[in-house]
Amino acid sequence: MSDHAGGYSADPRIRRIESLPWIVAIAAFFLLPEYLSLGARILIYVLYALSLDLIVGYAGIITLGHSAYFGLGAYVAGILAAKAGISDPMVQLAAAAAAGALLGISTGAIILRTRALTLLMLTLAITSVLLEIANKATGLTGGADGLSGVVVAPILGLFKFDIFGKTAYLYCLLVLLLGWWLVRKMIYSPFGTSLTGVRENTLRMHAIGAPVYWRLVLVYTLSATIAGVAGGLITQTNQFVGLNVLSFESAGELLVMLILGGVGRIYGAFVGPVVYLIAQDQLAKQFPEYWYFGIGTMLVLVVMFARGGLLGILDGVLVKLRRRP
Amino acid sequence: MEAFLASLVSVAFHGAALGMILYVISVGLSVTMGLMGFANLAHGVFAMAGGYVLTTAISRFDVPFPLALALAFAFVAAASVVLERLLYSRLYTASDLEQVLFTIGLIFIAVAVARFIYGTLQQPVSLPDYLKGQFSLLGRDFPTYRVFIIVFSAVMVALLWFGVERTRWGAMVRAAVDNRAMAQSVGINTKRLFTLTFALGSGLAGLGGGLGADIIAIQPTYPFENLVYFLVVVSVGGLGSLRGPFVAALLIGIADTACKYWLPQYGAFPIYVATIVILLWRPAGLFGRRA
Repeated sequence: MSDHAGGYSADPRIRRIESLPWIVAIAAFFLLPEYLSLGARILIYVLYALSLDLIVGYAGIITLGHSAYFGLGAYVAGILAAKAGISDPMVQLAAAAAAGALLGISTGAIILRTRALTLLMLTLAITSVLLEIANKATGLTGGADGLSGVVVAPILGLFKFDIFGKTAYLYCLLVLLLGWWLVRKMIYSPFGTSLTGVRENTLRMHAIGAPVYWRLVLVYTLSATIAGVAGGLITQTNQFVGLNVLSFESAGELLVMLILGGVGRIYGAFVGPVVYLIAQDQLAKQFPEYWYFGIGTMLVLVVMFARGGLLGILDGVLVKLRRRP
Repeated sequence: MEAFLASLVSVAFHGAALGMILYVISVGLSVTMGLMGFANLAHGVFAMAGGYVLTTAISRFDVPFPLALALAFAFVAAASVVLERLLYSRLYTASDLEQVLFTIGLIFIAVAVARFIYGTLQQPVSLPDYLKGQFSLLGRDFPTYRVFIIVFSAVMVALLWFGVERTRWGAMVRAAVDNRAMAQSVGINTKRLFTLTFALGSGLAGLGGGLGADIIAIQPTYPFENLVYFLVVVSVGGLGSLRGPFVAALLIGIADTACKYWLPQYGAFPIYVATIVILLWRPAGLFGRRA
């Protein structure tokens, strides 16, 4: 495993190369002003993928229902803005985070007692329940028509969301920076190491007396909180919430992004959404049939031949280059 | 009172038809998951393929309905053997995550191929005349098509149970589910057993998809939309068992029909909640072998 994977023995200091994503993000802000709304979407998905990587990649919890927390965050922010008249973006985001955390700890405490297929099924069922609620509670959520009329006031009363998406982009970038810092800190802590231990050998972690269940509940809650924040952000930048935030396809898509980048490594969650969403922006509308065919083929190929994703391939290339005299 | 009784009978009847379809489709999934420990989320793809084979055979080539059903079974079983040998078998020892991702990939491919060939519209099924109309029993009328589904599925189920409980092949399957290493060491060719069982399970899914084409609409999103139902049947019933998924499928079929009839404003909400409660109460399912 590469040293970007973190762990107790890894050097926790931030390496120079780790500033690359942020330099690219700031460069994109100045060089590609017409793509800022896509850029904000990518930043949000990076944050969302980061939250999924925590539980799938580090703790080894397989879930098909991570969109539950993302969708809940999106709807909480949206309902506050459109129905309750609370337009302050910070309050909306805090509420989305709190909702994600609350749902994360309450569902996590229940479902993490189970394993394998049962766990997978429970995550799917919980998301389905939320989707059904969002679909049927039309008075609150707008149902299948979606929730429009989302009002977002200027950030801290100073920075207004402009039509070019400049504010939104920088705002998402800042939130992502905060999320990345938190996740990175955690991965390099003893707590992060114990999660990897649970993933690699749960029985042995039990045997050495680690509180496996509580570790899992904690990381699940944290991940749900971050996903909730990402959901809140998507509502604020789109000023609209649709049922698709809770769909199985969206959870599947996120998994695809993470796998594409590389699971269990913090920057896999950066590379995947960037490549996926840019490709989708360029190709999906012109060739919808081929697009899904392409994703499916790519998933099969990645699982068959390149289990580390794009970053795994890069690692392999670098190792080969170094071996050459 | 009479009206309530009539609706009760109707719900039980339609629910049983749906449940039978769900069982015929999902039983293969239960066996392959129990036997090989393979998390095959793409099982619905086989059911969808069966549906397309049936509708195409009838509408384009004027194949009679029973023959079209047999074609759905044979075609899907044959295709699944190719898939199993080429792809699935390489991932038997892979992690759950990799199996899940691989099969999601297969779903994406299947959805794209189905949309490319057939478009996004639902495939109409033209039933033969003898399956249209009503069938009278004890002074009540039942749609003949659904009566046929229930009777036909019951025969299939009986055959399957006989095969698994009473034949040599069935004994080998049961031995391999219980302890694969032991089965292998007493000389059972588990590799061939897996391929055969996989083909049978997938073929049944194809048959179920074709048989139920008029109840569960055949369209490109089929594997995604119905995945939860198939997984609920398997996980609530319990992996590797035949009886568990049967009870679960009937329960879900009847509960789903009842909810749509009496509580349409809640949608599938009660089903999902019931699933969660059952799985928390018995994580290995109602008839699961492993805790």
